[in-house]
Amino acid sequence: MADQKTTSAMLYINGVSVSFDGFRALNNLSFSVEPGEMRAIIGPNGAGKTTMMDVVTGKTRPDTGEVVFDGGVHDLTSLDETQIAELGIGRKFQKPTVFDMHTVDDNLRLALKADRRTRGTLFWKDSSEERDRLDIILKTIRLTPSRAAVAGSLSHGQKQWLEIGMLLAQEPKLMLIDEPVAGMTDAETKQTADLLREINRDRTIVVVEHDMTFVRDLGVRVICLHEGSVLAEGTIDQVSENERVVEVYLGR
Amino acid sequence: MTAPLTRTLDRGATIFLAICMGAAILVPILHLFVPPSSAFHVPVYLVALWGKYVCYALLALSIDLIWGYCGILSLGHGAFFALGGYAMGMYLMRQIGSRGVYGNSILPDFMVFLNYKALPWYWYGFDHFWFAAIMILLAPGLLAFCFGWLAFRSRVTGVYLSIITQAMTYALLLAFFRNDFGFGGNNGLTDFKDILGFNVQAQGTRLVLFSVSCIALALGFFICRAVITSKFGKVLVAIRDAESRTRFLGYRVENYKLFVFVLSACMAGVAGALYVPQVGIINPGEFAPASSIEAVIWVAVGGRGTLTGAALGALVVNYGKTYFTSGFLAPYWLFLLGALFVAVTQLLPRGIVGTWRYYMSKRREQQAADDAEAAVPPAPPPSATSLLARPAE
Repeated sequence: MADQKTTSAMLYINGVSVSFDGFRALNNLSFSVEPGEMRAIIGPNGAGKTTMMDVVTGKTRPDTGEVVFDGGVHDLTSLDETQIAELGIGRKFQKPTVFDMHTVDDNLRLALKADRRTRGTLFWKDSSEERDRLDIILKTIRLTPSRAAVAGSLSHGQKQWLEIGMLLAQEPKLMLIDEPVAGMTDAETKQTADLLREINRDRTIVVVEHDMTFVRDLGVRVICLHEGSVLAEGTIDQVSENERVVEVYLGR
Repeated sequence: MTAPLTRTLDRGATIFLAICMGAAILVPILHLFVPPSSAFHVPVYLVALWGKYVCYALLALSIDLIWGYCGILSLGHGAFFALGGYAMGMYLMRQIGSRGVYGNSILPDFMVFLNYKALPWYWYGFDHFWFAAIMILLAPGLLAFCFGWLAFRSRVTGVYLSIITQAMTYALLLAFFRNDFGFGGNNGLTDFKDILGFNVQAQGTRLVLFSVSCIALALGFFICRAVITSKFGKVLVAIRDAESRTRFLGYRVENYKLFVFVLSACMAGVAGALYVPQVGIINPGEFAPASSIEAVIWVAVGGRGTLTGAALGALVVNYGKTYFTSGFLAPYWLFLLGALFVAVTQLLPRGIVGTWRYYMSKRREQQAADDAEAAVPPAPPPSATSLLARPAE
């Protein structure tokens, strides 16, 4: 892959297909996300949303197609999870996965952009800038009062935020966020939309979500996936008025 | 430097180190300067026995480091212990010189018996203590490196990893049983005479070996503490609890596992090396899968993920073993051990020290809650924002 940019897109997915035992999870999927954009992805169960994220983060290798990052500089299909994370792609899982036995502080500290090598962490010393960054992130995700609590004791919504905070700490160029408001109260959902909009000021975001009110709150461009490819693309109103989308969601 | 040091040495760790060093100094004094008639006199057989237990405690620490803090359940750690032991045994064999039964100054007795014409190349160098000392670390470390490099890179985890560690130690057991493998076959290495010029059977040597074992345990404990309290240690726990999350954060999980696995193997090797001169023999039995599993049970009993617990578990279970196998209960020891393991996993899953710590932290929490209730007047009605930012329950 050439070093210079071949496309303006932050993430460019072209003709990607993935099958598991004959089941086509992704079927010639193509779309792109521009730098600084926030994109929402909706779709019924089994539409391929999570598989798409697996492909982008290196967990699953596509059978065919190209996935390039940062203006086409990096070919993601040839890299593994760690390398992709190092390039600047952060991922929040569908089920909140934080380190339950560590404190909120330590969770974020582990995520902070820093030397990831074994030698680096063995002789690591916290710096004051690091503590400042930690304070800012804690404030952003509204967890400053719980910073000393172990993550396992947080409520479901707080865990979701903590994981978003860990993503922020990584300082990624692109954030992939899988169902951030699943299991949240209405008030928490609204706060999360605010939070993501705030984060989107500096970062490109792809968010997968079922919750239509939330997607409407975000007010961003939407892609509807169905059976592993793009069914419709546009504003939330355009997409939700699309006849085929209605058909897919309400059943045939 | 002071900050990491205070972080490494919390109250429990300081007490543990003090006990180790205290034992290293006190036991020889109690043996040498307290008359045998006194209740405080430590007889030599106890010194040898507890010296053996201390070596087991070091092995338990090495297992806890990878199992308790990184989730790697090795059921073959006895292999590293035995390799360290064989390295020491080879040095001790070469020290016998012409005092063997056959009086051959180069070849150990078993080689003469098996018609070896010359010393096999892999025995070269073992007449020097420094060479043996390097091998004590290098042999287990290298095996752990090769094994770990392959296993962790292919992302073998959980029960599959446990099974192949078991297979590894079993394969070594079979290899070391063979006479033509050059390590004494079934009988192993024994009839040791001197270590560094001192008679291994002499009381003074036994006392020194005991003290050195205690110091090695303290040192191993200190290294483990330094590792687990560093950021590296936090990454280890992160790997234990959510491996793929750690990977998506950009950590090379396989490198972390490999490092800690090799470190642990080297510690086990040192434990084995100190064990051999104190028991006077090393044979392939040490590679038996059952001994590795037994070591895992010590850790479970003492408390997985608590270093002091691992050491304590090794001492308690082995004391129990000595106690029970020397009486009429001897034939039932293995049943007892099995029952102990079942009981601990069912009734005391945190182990002795883990349960104690859990209980203490619950009590502290309760105390803090009571204090807060007494000191603070009723809280004002929560606002919308404070509800969202509520502290952990």
